[in-house]
Amino acid sequence: MICGRLPAVSAALAALALLTGCALPRMPTVEPWVKPYERERLADATMKFARDAQPEKHIEHVRIVREGARGATGVQGGGCGCN
Amino acid sequence: MAATEQRDSRRAVHPERSEGSRLRRRRVVGSARVSALLAGLVGSLLAGTGARAADLPEDRAEVLFHSYTGGGVNAFGPALLVRKNVADRFSLAGTYYVDAVSNASIDVVTQASKYHEVRSEYGLSGDYVYRDSQITLGATTSREPDYTASALSIDLVQEVFGGMTTVSLGFTRGSDTVGKKNSPEFHDVAKHWQYRFGLTQILTPRVIASMNVEALADDGFLGSPYRAARAFGTFVPERNPRTRSARAVKFRVIGDLGSRDSLHADYRYYRDTWEIQAHTAEIGYSRHFGDNYLADTFLRYYTQRHALFYSDNATTETLYLSRNRQLSSFDDVSLGAKLAYSLKKVPGKYEVKLNGAYEFVRYSFKDFTDVRTGGKYASNASVLQLFVTATY
Repeated sequence: MICGRLPAVSAALAALALLTGCALPRMPTVEPWVKPYERERLADATMKFARDAQPEKHIEHVRIVREGARGATGVQGGGCGCN
Repeated sequence: MAATEQRDSRRAVHPERSEGSRLRRRRVVGSARVSALLAGLVGSLLAGTGARAADLPEDRAEVLFHSYTGGGVNAFGPALLVRKNVADRFSLAGTYYVDAVSNASIDVVTQASKYHEVRSEYGLSGDYVYRDSQITLGATTSREPDYTASALSIDLVQEVFGGMTTVSLGFTRGSDTVGKKNSPEFHDVAKHWQYRFGLTQILTPRVIASMNVEALADDGFLGSPYRAARAFGTFVPERNPRTRSARAVKFRVIGDLGSRDSLHADYRYYRDTWEIQAHTAEIGYSRHFGDNYLADTFLRYYTQRHALFYSDNATTETLYLSRNRQLSSFDDVSLGAKLAYSLKKVPGKYEVKLNGAYEFVRYSFKDFTDVRTGGKYASNASVLQLFVTATY
């Protein structure tokens, strides 16, 4: 019976921790190891995954229409043009 | 994975009840500890280290001319985007995209006659920022003479862990109507569902990585009313399944090389219930030249295994049959370059850039025969983009 309640208790603790952000006793805490002032290079245009929405969407459309694979590109496709 | 592990451990357990219940209790206590540990970790990630306030996308305009030429197909047209912040909490964006297609592809010249048509797409989206979250609602509608498509999407992005981690969730629901020229009796529909999850992580002051996962499901008419399959040397109408589910996962990493340049590498794995399995890999290099130029180059490789019901020329009777070369076994290699020039920049006010991009693609089909020559079909394509971007 107690064992049967444990998942519920742990789920409640998990929800509480998620809501409050409080680390449970003896839980490891991880600090951000790259401080905001160390992120100058990451803000450069060469470090962006995507820069221009419409050109990216065009390339994505070209590929979706001709290749069998789709998805997980981070670019929102649209329309069909399948015919 | 966890379920599989549990099943395996159950098989390994001696079938005595007391031993089994002890093991079960140990498993439950163990799982409670693991979830508590994860909860503490995630909790500290989300709030203990402080989440950042999210930023709205910058005000922006894009004017694009795009063109695709290859394999007997010419598709070109303009595309526009205008984005503007409203009251510092909302950002509204409108898009317009045109594809003017002139099609004389191998399917068309061997089974029908060359045709021209225009597809127009309109899009509207709104971004809303609340504390450290960004919510985006979007809608698109697309029309061509025999096909209409519309989609609604919602995306949620949240920065956590002191801004080092970005988590995103998204959902798109699409609905299409399919027609056939000169056949008013033909009418069908297709519905689409897309579920997205993304994680972007700053790894070091010079390296950033991301993972995107997407589950897709389609239902309805998923082929072309014009395309023919081939069975016993004779062309017959294609027959596709009316459902399709797919999974895709993509990993990306970008590293700063230290001379105002960077290197990126991507990999995507895709698989669906039509038994198409695909791998995509890309590597690219970006570099600033002076204060005004930014250049990018990339090499991309894509390969896929054919769908279960694909056949170049079927020699057995099957329920489903297609000779759509998009479902065949093939690979393509792309080599591309892009150059951006900063025409005018007033820091803190606006910037206008002129851009040009070119991509060469080589498609090599492994089981699609060019019926005109009897050899395996291959084609080249050129993708061109000329565009102006402005941030203000």
